[in-house]
Amino acid sequence: MSDTSDNSLWQLITVRFKEYTREPEALFWSFGFPILLAIGLGIAFRTKPADVVHVAVVTGGPRSTPLADALKRDSGLAVALLAPDSAAAALRTGRVALVVAPDGIDGVQYQYDDTRPDARNARLMVNDAVQRGAGRSDRLPVAERHIHERGSRYIDFVVPGLLGMTIMGGGIWGLGFSIVDQRRRNLLKRLVATPMSRAQYLASYVISRLVLLALEAGVLLGAAAALFGVPMRGSFVTITTIVIVSALAFGGIGLLIASRSKTIEGVSGLMNLSMLPMWVLSGVFFSSENFPQAVQPFIKALPLTATNDALRASLLRGVSLPGLLPQLAILMTWMVVCFGIALKIFRWR
Amino acid sequence: MSDLSNPKYALFVRDLRKHYGTVRAVDGLDLAVAPGECFGLLGPNGAGKTTTIEICEGLLAPDSGDVELLGLRWDREERQLRERLGIQLQETQLADKLTVAETVRLFRSFYAKGRSVDDVIALVQLEEKRDGRVGKLSGGQKQRLALACAIVGDPDLLFLDEPTTGLDPQSRRQLWSLITEFKALGRTIMLTTHYMDEAEMLCDRVAIVDHGKVIALGTPEHLIRSLGAEHVIDFALLGESASLDEPTLRGLDGVLSARPLAGGYELQVGALHRAVPALLSLLSQRGLELSRLATHSATLEDVFVSLTGRQLRDE
Repeated sequence: MSDTSDNSLWQLITVRFKEYTREPEALFWSFGFPILLAIGLGIAFRTKPADVVHVAVVTGGPRSTPLADALKRDSGLAVALLAPDSAAAALRTGRVALVVAPDGIDGVQYQYDDTRPDARNARLMVNDAVQRGAGRSDRLPVAERHIHERGSRYIDFVVPGLLGMTIMGGGIWGLGFSIVDQRRRNLLKRLVATPMSRAQYLASYVISRLVLLALEAGVLLGAAAALFGVPMRGSFVTITTIVIVSALAFGGIGLLIASRSKTIEGVSGLMNLSMLPMWVLSGVFFSSENFPQAVQPFIKALPLTATNDALRASLLRGVSLPGLLPQLAILMTWMVVCFGIALKIFRWR
Repeated sequence: MSDLSNPKYALFVRDLRKHYGTVRAVDGLDLAVAPGECFGLLGPNGAGKTTTIEICEGLLAPDSGDVELLGLRWDREERQLRERLGIQLQETQLADKLTVAETVRLFRSFYAKGRSVDDVIALVQLEEKRDGRVGKLSGGQKQRLALACAIVGDPDLLFLDEPTTGLDPQSRRQLWSLITEFKALGRTIMLTTHYMDEAEMLCDRVAIVDHGKVIALGTPEHLIRSLGAEHVIDFALLGESASLDEPTLRGLDGVLSARPLAGGYELQVGALHRAVPALLSLLSQRGLELSRLATHSATLEDVFVSLTGRQLRDE
């Protein structure tokens, strides 16, 4: 009997996987949840064709129909001919943004709420159409080119953030919760009462986290590419390096958080305390640039900011490893410091 | 039994001390356990049993004192010692999501040599639960699994910390027979318990521990005989004001000692057939009535009570 089933490191790793895969909730939170979140956000912030602006022309005079015809030539306008009182009602309830009424012999009157951006937009479009209809011509030639670039949409922004969040959650929860649970159950003490190697025990966590993370990252990025066409411009090696270094940094943080706690409540508090600021500050759902300049150095030093920045640079702009050194250096510093302290103060019983 | 050394003692402890704050959990404790012996630490909760056994197991560092196991010491030969010890802690919850076989296989993988997983599962009679989840086992089955994990490395010295606490009588007896079987292999066992019947049943020798010290040591029979009393009468009087003085009780025919206990009195007696009539006639003289009367053969519990004036349980 000298096959791998006798090897203690192998046994520890397989036990990690069995415990994990026998916990259906854990599977959902690490695989299903990020994808559902991406789908939800992708739908909510999808790029829509430019909206048509609804306007009304007041009936009751010979000039109403020609005016409406002039407006209809702009495909961005939806024009309705309405009696004065129904036009007023439509304006009041917001069904039209602006009402056009013939005024005098050749004038027009625009009725709209000048505090509403869409109404002011309607005023510009309508006036343009009315003046062209009256014979105005453009003095300068204008050319237009429409840009709908992949990589600049919200979904492109949010997918690297979700991946960063998954790596953080996996590292901190995956190590923190499980280790403290074993300590609470006296199981950690029972294990160190055997000849088990403590290094192998910790290595089994790191290795199983990395393997699971490879799957999680693959599923999330695959789904993002297949469903939304999120670009993967960086090389495989670059993306993998960022993911591994980030996972080790968050694994170190998770180990540090778990190094002393004896209760699930205690460790949960510490985990939330460490993760919550990063969820808000590190640019998962919106750019961290929105925060004041004064706190930017602090935000940039957070590990999740480094992960998200590096992932975005690689996935969306194809930046290669040398360009990501600042972020990788931040992550490695977190990793070394946290692992170092955690191993020093770790409570094995 | 050991190819490394042939120590006189499987476990040798001298002047062991450990304090937590101002509490002296272990206060100058000495032990010497011979190879092949089943040795019991008997005492109430908080007597320092678990602290003592965990120092012996190398899980706690003592403030001072010497500990030698199988001729080896923790500071020099930890790795060798770990390979040769089997340990069952008080209240370890093994991983619920794993099966019995997976749990035993994990523990087996830590030892360089040991028994096969299936042998150990058969030994603790968990074959039917082999592929069942640990979380679904009963309390007794979990304790047997913990025992399986403790013996899977084929240890020379087995530590059991309160192996049957919280189990139903049937599960306790089942575990006792498993421990007896292990003992029959000639291995040394050190166990702690606060059940006197467990100590009497399993142990070759018992150390009674109180306040971190050994207050009596010997075979269970020897300790009980040292009382000089074969029987114990336990009685209480009807009515709150009713009382008797101890010298009078001690003067009764056949009574060796008397003490108030648990709202009544306890008499240690040499001859039950003389003491009971003498007690009853004393009561009728004084016009007192009994609310409780019970007798039993002297046990280790009585040894503890006679030494400390307190009971083992209900602490």
